[in-house]
Amino acid sequence: MSSVEIERQWTTRLRKRVEGKLPPEKVLPDTQPSYVASWIYVFGVATLTSFILVLVTGCVLAIRGPQWWHESSYGHFVNSLHLWSVEIFFFSMVIHLWGKYFMAAWRGGRQLTWMTGGITFLVSIAAGFTGYVSQSNFDSQWISTQAKDGINATGAGAYFNVLNLGQMLMWHIVLLPLVAVLLTTIHVVMVRIKGVVPPFADDTKVA
Amino acid sequence: MSKNFRSDVDVVEWTGRQRPYDILKEGAIALLVITILTLTLAIIYGSPDETSITIKKWSNAAPVDFAMTAVSELNGTSTTGSYGPPYNHAATGQTIGPVNLVKAVGVRIPIDTANDFVISPLKALPYQADLHQSLVNWENATASTRAIWVTNYSNAESKMSFANGQIVVPTTTAGPVPLMINSLTSMARSGALDESLISNNSFYTTDFTKTLLFISDGSYLASTADKQHLTGSQWGMMNETGSYPGQAWLWLYSFWYQIPPFNASGNADALVWALMMFLSVLMIFVPFIPGLRSIPRKTRIYRLIWRDHYKS
Repeated sequence: MSSVEIERQWTTRLRKRVEGKLPPEKVLPDTQPSYVASWIYVFGVATLTSFILVLVTGCVLAIRGPQWWHESSYGHFVNSLHLWSVEIFFFSMVIHLWGKYFMAAWRGGRQLTWMTGGITFLVSIAAGFTGYVSQSNFDSQWISTQAKDGINATGAGAYFNVLNLGQMLMWHIVLLPLVAVLLTTIHVVMVRIKGVVPPFADDTKVA
Repeated sequence: MSKNFRSDVDVVEWTGRQRPYDILKEGAIALLVITILTLTLAIIYGSPDETSITIKKWSNAAPVDFAMTAVSELNGTSTTGSYGPPYNHAATGQTIGPVNLVKAVGVRIPIDTANDFVISPLKALPYQADLHQSLVNWENATASTRAIWVTNYSNAESKMSFANGQIVVPTTTAGPVPLMINSLTSMARSGALDESLISNNSFYTTDFTKTLLFISDGSYLASTADKQHLTGSQWGMMNETGSYPGQAWLWLYSFWYQIPPFNASGNADALVWALMMFLSVLMIFVPFIPGLRSIPRKTRIYRLIWRDHYKS
């Protein structure tokens, strides 16, 4: 096999593209620009780590099935962990989002980073909502019977039936987490590729 | 900096000082801190788990409310009976201007409240001659006769009582309705109606659409929710039972329902959803929207965020 032939392989081309866009020093950086020193950056990391906790506690709840947390005090505690990790996740994400807005973090070709973050926020809201209507308790009865009118008014209720526990649970534990994980991965990879947005040029003292 | 430099779109790439940054250490510390915070909140506050309402519980706690809801299901005047798509053709559904997406999608989860909630469950009961005859009378009656029976039954609501396991209705002009509703109430109070609506010809199920619609047509669910401060005027579905934060991130969605014109509109759901979709699209496309993308530069809040940088 000639070297030209190897160069033309899909695998070779993809590897070179990945190496070019995302060299190891960008994946695992050991330095950052000096301006990356603000309390606001904490909330991006907090969003990511609380998301990991949401996934882990959700997986623990899944092991024994959806009824477990109603019947076991240990299960109820895991549910409490799941709930509070979700609350911290949204709290962190909202501050992260507003922070990035006021930093105009889309500048310098980072538009897609912003957009994937925004879509992840919306997907997370859907994931949180399907979780609330999948609890199989009074809260889920009330929230689902109230929410159905809004969703039905868009026509989507014909296909996305919030009163169907099985459908909501599947969206909550399979489809939406899958999309959220995928979007978060793309978002983080894009941050690593493009780096953290610099301060506004108007005030930047270029070295 | 070139003449074409756009402050809200472009950046001067950083060529200045770098500082040490241990991404793995930062991630590990963040995970530890968030884990401790989550554990602390879970230990101190726990999580709510209010038992769900069953038809059995409802009909035992408020038999008259159940009976009146059942009769409204029988003549199709309940919320579900008069809903329209996706459940039935009783209404056209909400619109956004001239657009009626509900009607366009059509009836996809067909529900005939009279048959699904009353007649079919009664037919599933073991044979009782008087109930059988009542059902025959109902099915053979004209629509106008049925309406008169139901109206006469409903008019007696203020004098209705519940005694010895029966709804006592002081009327003799409601045809088979009193016996049918009494039989359904007994069935409900035993738990058999829950089973009948949930099982739907199948042993296994995870679909509670019919049961939830029936329960939400009565006033028992709403009054229980009201006591828990969960109703729409109290910011509705973003709340959860107890003093928990609930879905606080839905505040903007719930907010629109509290103010005009949405709080007085018959199209509130469609309008609020359309508005939220529009705002969501704006958020996602902010980088491309002149004006909106300039707000950060003009408000100069970024100077607070990067204050150490600007100080230096």
